Amino acid sequence: MPDTSVSIPSAPLLQLEGLTRRFKDRTAVDGLSLSVRQGEILGLLGPNGAGKSTTFQVLAGLLAPDAGQVRFGGRVLALSDPSLRRQMGIIFQRSSLDDLLTARENLMLGARLYGLGGERARERVEAMLALIGLADRGDERVSTWSGGMRRRLELARALVHQPRVVLMDEPTQGLDEAAFRSFWAHLKRLRDLEGITVLLTTHRADEAEVCDRLAVLDAGRLVACDTPAALASRMGGDILTVEAPEPEALAREVRERLGLDAKVVEGRVQVEAAQGHALVPRLVESFPAGRLASVSLRRPTLADVFLQLTGRALGADVPAAEPAPRRRR
Amino acid sequence: MNAEVSAAPQPVEARVPAPAAPGALALQWATVRVLMTRDVVRFFRQPSRVVGALAQPILFWFVIGSGFAGSFRVEGAQGLGYQQFFFPGVVTMVLLFSAIFATITVIEDRREGFLQAVLAGPGSRLAVVLGKALGSSAIALMQASLFLLLAPLAGVSAATVNLPLLFSVMVLSALALTGMGMSLAWWVRSSAGYHAVMSIVLLPMWVLSGAMFPLKGADSWLAWVMRVNPMRFSVEGVRRALYGAEASVAVGPASVTGLEVPVLLAFAAVFLGLAAFSVSRRE
Repeated sequence: MPDTSVSIPSAPLLQLEGLTRRFKDRTAVDGLSLSVRQGEILGLLGPNGAGKSTTFQVLAGLLAPDAGQVRFGGRVLALSDPSLRRQMGIIFQRSSLDDLLTARENLMLGARLYGLGGERARERVEAMLALIGLADRGDERVSTWSGGMRRRLELARALVHQPRVVLMDEPTQGLDEAAFRSFWAHLKRLRDLEGITVLLTTHRADEAEVCDRLAVLDAGRLVACDTPAALASRMGGDILTVEAPEPEALAREVRERLGLDAKVVEGRVQVEAAQGHALVPRLVESFPAGRLASVSLRRPTLADVFLQLTGRALGADVPAAEPAPRRRR
Repeated sequence: MNAEVSAAPQPVEARVPAPAAPGALALQWATVRVLMTRDVVRFFRQPSRVVGALAQPILFWFVIGSGFAGSFRVEGAQGLGYQQFFFPGVVTMVLLFSAIFATITVIEDRREGFLQAVLAGPGSRLAVVLGKALGSSAIALMQASLFLLLAPLAGVSAATVNLPLLFSVMVLSALALTGMGMSLAWWVRSSAGYHAVMSIVLLPMWVLSGAMFPLKGADSWLAWVMRVNPMRFSVEGVRRALYGAEASVAVGPASVTGLEVPVLLAFAAVFLGLAAFSVSRRE
């Protein structure tokens, strides 16, 4: 699914250097250093509380960092610098569209806010409406629109002033499968057409798969940064999942009797093994009927990679780490 | 849903390089203008708000005005009946309520994300505050002007109205009240909390402004509260603009004649500055 035909120049456009942000005694982002290359789509992957949203808000200029800096095209920039802000387009997790305005008016407002005026603004608004496939619906008020259409309009709004970088916070949160795919198809096409660089946060494994590169965050720190394929290949082999009436006891026995690293993940016993298919019969023969309810074998996903890197499940909230992940000021 | 990526419509147009960056001042002004026009457009797209904005002051004036007319004597104000006395108070109330509505939208916008998008944009926080204040003031002025069309019913003769004074008092009051509302709203997280602020702070300020009863009749500690109340200058200013200096001198404990505009200007500057400070505090 990822488009490999796009050539990605490797010059870093955005560099985060030792970015740190504390909330009282808790460090939400801890010395994060990261390079975002020109033209790539980089995903910040992690569960709620990993520090993604805090990083996003610092980059969006809504939170001040306690330490660290950001380079944009090599220049150190203050995060509130209008010249940086002008070159960024931002999509928030919560809708920032005005329900009382039409789609066209919402886009025009975005264009004007970034200093585009007159004929130029009108041209861009029309071009963006066409690019997201909603040209014929520009005069409708957005309050009546579906979640997927609204998200695409937000994408257009973030791009209308021709930014070089687009920041997105959980852009597909709450979208169904079809809307998710449509959003990403438009995003990738716009990336190619407009030559933008994208930095987004996500905790969806399926969204992580379609990024060019992933920065895996855990407890405010960067634990890995690579392409999805390279990250997946870090997992040795296959994932064997066993459903059992007593998963804890079974995992212990698998560790003791078979010498395998068995874990309980979300109520199921999980084993990572190089030769998964050979393990299946061994496992089944080792336990009497009734101990195992089902055995399944699959290739590792990014959720598994995340679990291996951090010891935490991607879908789970980190307890007590970020008390209010949506907290905004 | 037409979700599919259709044939590229005008990629060439989309690829045209961005023109020279607009100047820093142009960006600030753009933010002010966007916020201002948005508020005005939003106002007219909510018919219930428009109707309420017009009907409420009229009802207020007629009901309260005629209710008190028989029993209330305004001491010293020759020939000024209660409905005349109360009329400038209602004008100030229109300005206050408009400011309250505008600041409630600040609370809603923060929650909904629109304001975040503006704050993350290139405009400064001061520009955001000014845009919001000007938008709200524009709405307030439209409402107040429509209500002022009833002024002949309150015994005002169009020929003697001091229009420059009336206009400047109304503009400055609207700006000051919006600035005050925004400073408060930024610290209050919910609309419910803001309603409490409204009934504990804003409405009593209006009642004690000399809008409903003359400052003379009040107890001494109350008179002090009334003296430093910004809305007093607004009410007195409108009263003087409509009925002439005699009317306002007659009902105030100490004359503020001539001070209305400079004092309101100072209040507007202080409250807008305070609002900009509140909004620009990044955690």
